[in-house]
Amino acid sequence: MNTNSMNPKVDRRDGKLSMAHFYVAFTALAIGGLAGLLQTLVRSGKFELPSWTGYYQILTIHGVVLGLVLTTFFIMGFQLALVSKTSGTFTDKQRLTGWIGFWTMTIGTVMAAIMILTNQASVLYTFYAPLQAHALFYLGLTLVIVGSWIDGAAIIMAYTSWRKANPGKPSPLLTFMSLVNTLMWIVATIGVAATVLFQLLPWSLGLVDRVDVLVSRTLFWYFGHPLVYFWLLPAYMAWYAIVPKIIGGKIFSDSLARMSFILFLLFSIPVGFHHQLMEPGIDPAWKFLQVILTFLVVIPSLMTAFSLFATFEMFGRSKGATGLFGWVKKLPWGDARFAVPFIGMLAFIPAGAGGLVNASHQLNQVVHNTIWVTGHFHLTLATSVVLTFFGISYWLVPHLTGRVLTKAMNKLAIIQGVIWAIGMTFMSGAMHAAGLLGAPRRSSFSTYGGSEQAAEWIPYQIAQAVGGTILFLGIILMLYIFINLAFFAPKGEEEFPVGEVADQAEKTPMVFENWKLWLGITVLLILFAYTIPFIDMIQNAPIGSKGYKFF
Amino acid sequence: MHIHKFEKIWLIFGITTLIVFLTVIGVSAFYLGNQPPSCLATINPEKVDTTAPFNEPGLKKVEGKEWDYELVYVASAFSYNPGQVEVPLGAKVKVIATTKDVIHGFEVAGTNINMMLEPGFISEYVTTFDKAGEYLIVCNEYCGVGHHMMTSKIEVVE
Repeated sequence: MNTNSMNPKVDRRDGKLSMAHFYVAFTALAIGGLAGLLQTLVRSGKFELPSWTGYYQILTIHGVVLGLVLTTFFIMGFQLALVSKTSGTFTDKQRLTGWIGFWTMTIGTVMAAIMILTNQASVLYTFYAPLQAHALFYLGLTLVIVGSWIDGAAIIMAYTSWRKANPGKPSPLLTFMSLVNTLMWIVATIGVAATVLFQLLPWSLGLVDRVDVLVSRTLFWYFGHPLVYFWLLPAYMAWYAIVPKIIGGKIFSDSLARMSFILFLLFSIPVGFHHQLMEPGIDPAWKFLQVILTFLVVIPSLMTAFSLFATFEMFGRSKGATGLFGWVKKLPWGDARFAVPFIGMLAFIPAGAGGLVNASHQLNQVVHNTIWVTGHFHLTLATSVVLTFFGISYWLVPHLTGRVLTKAMNKLAIIQGVIWAIGMTFMSGAMHAAGLLGAPRRSSFSTYGGSEQAAEWIPYQIAQAVGGTILFLGIILMLYIFINLAFFAPKGEEEFPVGEVADQAEKTPMVFENWKLWLGITVLLILFAYTIPFIDMIQNAPIGSKGYKFF
Repeated sequence: MHIHKFEKIWLIFGITTLIVFLTVIGVSAFYLGNQPPSCLATINPEKVDTTAPFNEPGLKKVEGKEWDYELVYVASAFSYNPGQVEVPLGAKVKVIATTKDVIHGFEVAGTNINMMLEPGFISEYVTTFDKAGEYLIVCNEYCGVGHHMMTSKIEVVE
């Protein structure tokens, strides 16, 4: 990796910008986590919410606040820190852009939150037109997205100026990865921006009477799947380029890391139909095409898995490990910066396997909209990604605030990771099992008129509540650690670990920085996967739907 | 660009598995006809009650088709019409459903019958009821405050 422009420390002014993002992200964790706890309790059938709130209102809070606010704020804060560290301190103009992005996102979040809290927007976070929320809810979420674009502009500006200052050289790996994720995010969010601006806003303001539901769903899922890769890629950044340094090893291959990120850019967007497999109005042949494209992300995922374990093994052997698995013992299990993301990596194995089921043409029919799906993304997003984010916070927050991760906090962080793993085993395991029996997702507690089938689901729902309670303890611990690292930990220098490439790895080819090529292929794939079915949808459209407020 | 020998083996193995897997679901879809419910027929969602076959929901015997019965459902917030139905064991049935208002789900729990019902579209799925017993239909797509109360029942009888 190119280290000549790397900052020894993230500049304090850039650190403040990142920390602002993290304050919002961890506030979201507190609110969304509490909402999650209440949901699992209600669904156990042993607990009722007070009359001034409802299950679906709480569910909307949980989804929006954790799925959109926590993730977007954390990721943008993390990426800004990565770019500032590896490509040099932001210019005043770049930093100002970042702040404008932050405030735009924050104002949008507050607007959406007010609408949810006053029960004018209990439409969950996938919108569900023709259920109609208050216009300010849609406008608020638009501002969150637009704000993230402005944040992204700061990253693109910093990348561009680095490339200008270093002609003919590959950009620093972590800057490159942040850029890929930002570009993917911008291409993907065009879908949700289009449905909100052209469909949902005019309709909720009463400017038009009707909304085309299928078009709105298609635009949403065009964004909704790459969204999960937007969450995942920052975790991959840490796994590829930061964890190797933490354990004292080297990055296996710089070029392969870049290649896998480019493949994620290409294959994560033209695949939204696999969320719509059970829907009318889309020809099955087009659904199958997108199923195939969905499965192509298996390739970069396999590359990532190989690269990670190669790094671990190379490190273990360099410490004198022998035998097939002797290197496992040499890994620094007592270091939360490694151990916590490692739990996340392990969770990704069943999580990825479950994902293959969900995206399959026919297997999806068994699990579609059952609570199995909820179990799946509580392993991917809520374990793999979130534990990696926690692992990042353990060094990044003290680095940015000029403090250190003490031994006591490190120990607490490992306990936190273990609690999370136990809670999630109960909750996600029970969700997977109940889903296979047919229990629906996004539903409040119900005996369905005393049905025998529904009675079988209830023990699993109680297990979910047990898991949810353990997870909430994990959230309290995490918030305690975050507050300690941000405000109370002893002053000092905490390392910002950036991995170096293994000596035997070869020079990185410049073709990876050819954005005309990669964005061109991305656009072609999107056009290939969407043009004809989209024209079909519009030509074959039924009369649009009026708005309903069933909440 | 250099790729390590073990990584090559790993990727070749992985990609081969992927191709086999995709071939299996492709053959199942296009040769055996195991397609997901993807009906392209549209309807005016405000005139469902007066449009055939939804003006008479319920089970109907049909002649000269690949299936023996048609089972017609109208979904609306927060119920299905019919609320309960008896189906003879072994019957090959085409389930036909639509919604009058918002999006609903149509899942016969514990079976492969699982469809989204969207305003303006008709959803169809052909299936054979070859096990006797009581089956619960649940709405598995959020449709509002009564979502979890929305249910119906199929009894498969000899």
